[in-house]
Amino acid sequence: MKDSIDQFLLHLGDYTILLGQSFRCCTVDIFRRQGPRMAHVLEQMNEIGVNSMGIVCLVVFFVGLVIAMQTSYEMTKFGTEMYVGRVVGLTMFRELGPLIATIVLGGRCGAAIAAEIGTMKVNEEVEALRVMGISPIRFLVAPRILAFTIMAPVLAVISDYVGIIGGLVLAITELHLTYWQFVENMMSGMIVKDFVSGIAKSVVFGLLVGSIACHFGYRTEGGADAVGRATTMSVVTSIVMIIVSDAALTAVFVYIL
Amino acid sequence: MSTTAISNSNLPVHIEVKNLVRAFDGRRVLDNISLKVHKGETMVILGGSGCGKSTLLRHLIGSLKPDAGEIWLLGKEITRMQDQEFAEIRKKFGMLFQGGALLNSMSVGENVALPLEEHTNLSPEIIDIMVKMKTGMVGLTGFEHLMPSQISGGMKKRVALARAIAMDPEIIFFDEPTAGLDPVMTAVVDLLINNLCKKLGITAVVVTHDMASVNRIADHIAMIHKGKLVFEGSVPQIHASTDPLVRQFINGEADGPISFQQSGDDYLKSLFAST
Ligand SMILES: Nc1ncnc2c1ncn2[C@@H]1O[C@H](COP(=O)(O)OP(=O)(O)O)[C@@H](O)[C@H]1O
Ligand SMILES: [Mg+2]
Repeated sequence: MKDSIDQFLLHLGDYTILLGQSFRCCTVDIFRRQGPRMAHVLEQMNEIGVNSMGIVCLVVFFVGLVIAMQTSYEMTKFGTEMYVGRVVGLTMFRELGPLIATIVLGGRCGAAIAAEIGTMKVNEEVEALRVMGISPIRFLVAPRILAFTIMAPVLAVISDYVGIIGGLVLAITELHLTYWQFVENMMSGMIVKDFVSGIAKSVVFGLLVGSIACHFGYRTEGGADAVGRATTMSVVTSIVMIIVSDAALTAVFVYIL
Repeated sequence: MSTTAISNSNLPVHIEVKNLVRAFDGRRVLDNISLKVHKGETMVILGGSGCGKSTLLRHLIGSLKPDAGEIWLLGKEITRMQDQEFAEIRKKFGMLFQGGALLNSMSVGENVALPLEEHTNLSPEIIDIMVKMKTGMVGLTGFEHLMPSQISGGMKKRVALARAIAMDPEIIFFDEPTAGLDPVMTAVVDLLINNLCKKLGITAVVVTHDMASVNRIADHIAMIHKGKLVFEGSVPQIHASTDPLVRQFINGEADGPISFQQSGDDYLKSLFAST
């Protein structure tokens, strides 16, 4: 027990330092011409954002569809199925759009980043960078965290709408609602805060997933087995942290703001 | 071949290690090591696997801090140095890692160009020419566009060497540059080390356990055993040494003071004891 607490505190310490250094690299250091290279950030944004779009859309489309099915199953008993648009819209914007998008990102890109940096660590590539006087934070870590933080909200917005389309498809085909009935019902129950709170959450989730993946990759020591462990730890920890921070942020948005 | 012991004592000292001590989990991996390497000299650090050679190199390049002792590089003490000050020293040495440590996501040419792009303001055209020059020096002209995964182990080490000399360093550290190579490629890499370091006047520290390489490249040899310095001298001196440890190592014998974890006897005893 004491050991695992020690381990946790060690991780937390390393993580905080990594996050701090990356933050400095993306802010102060830019003015000293020591920021991350633009080409690296764009490359990562492409990998994280553009190349993940397909899988995010696929997953979230079916999530929207399922939510519409499940809620209308109960609603048709009371003849209130026209409210399905409101339910799907709210759950997508406030909760599931950002959540599903970043969890998929964590599984796809977070794992890839942890494995990539972990392998580089094991192969002494990170050490080689340092010996060449190139900061691994600036060269590897900062561009990835930055790209994650920028692309997570972009994907969340796309995810919001694709999920709603999923619900809409069900509403039209199964519940015989028209497009306008669905959309009007959805918009009537929606305020700007619903949309903005979801996007705000996705920024935090993206930052978490990106930095956690880099942290576990960067801490890898040993051989191929260590890379495997780092990858697993990165995915598990990011999902747990997404859910925990989601609960905290939702509480803030619902009860405080 | 440089079998003559050159007395370089009139040349400046480039690397000096004083009473270096480092323990991992209470076990001394480096135990009171002292060394001196003069400018332009090739120092070979010899020793069996796990005796602490890589650990010693890691201290020399500043990635590990010793528990006690001093390390002087180019006249400056580095173990208590600030990062910013050390960054200046870092530009003056290169390192060839055991596996080459090329960045796998970049081509051979990009790997060699990397330090130039990061530390100089040269235009891409000039960098291109420099890359061609450096890859030419290690005999790899025309391979610039290949990825590290597409080339052999020996070629990787040569690319890593080209990358290490990209910034025209004063010192190069080599961690087992010939490990895992066939005898011909070993000779090629040794020849490159000799040519480059002697021609460019670079000070070299080469870690190895290969006696054939030692005979070819060493000006000076330090042998480490279990973290302790057990021999220091030139190539003729090591061949003339009567120290049983040294003799066993250069003749490559299984029996001697360098023991396998358990002798045959103990092993049998422990087998029977446990059943
Ligand atoms: N970071 C570390 N933590 C604990 N032990 C280490 C560490 N690095 C090296 N060692 C131990 O130090 C000894 C020497 O290792 P090393 O310098 O890599 O040997 P070699 O001479 O083969 O290069 C080995 O027994 C190794 O287990
Ligand atoms: Mg070693």
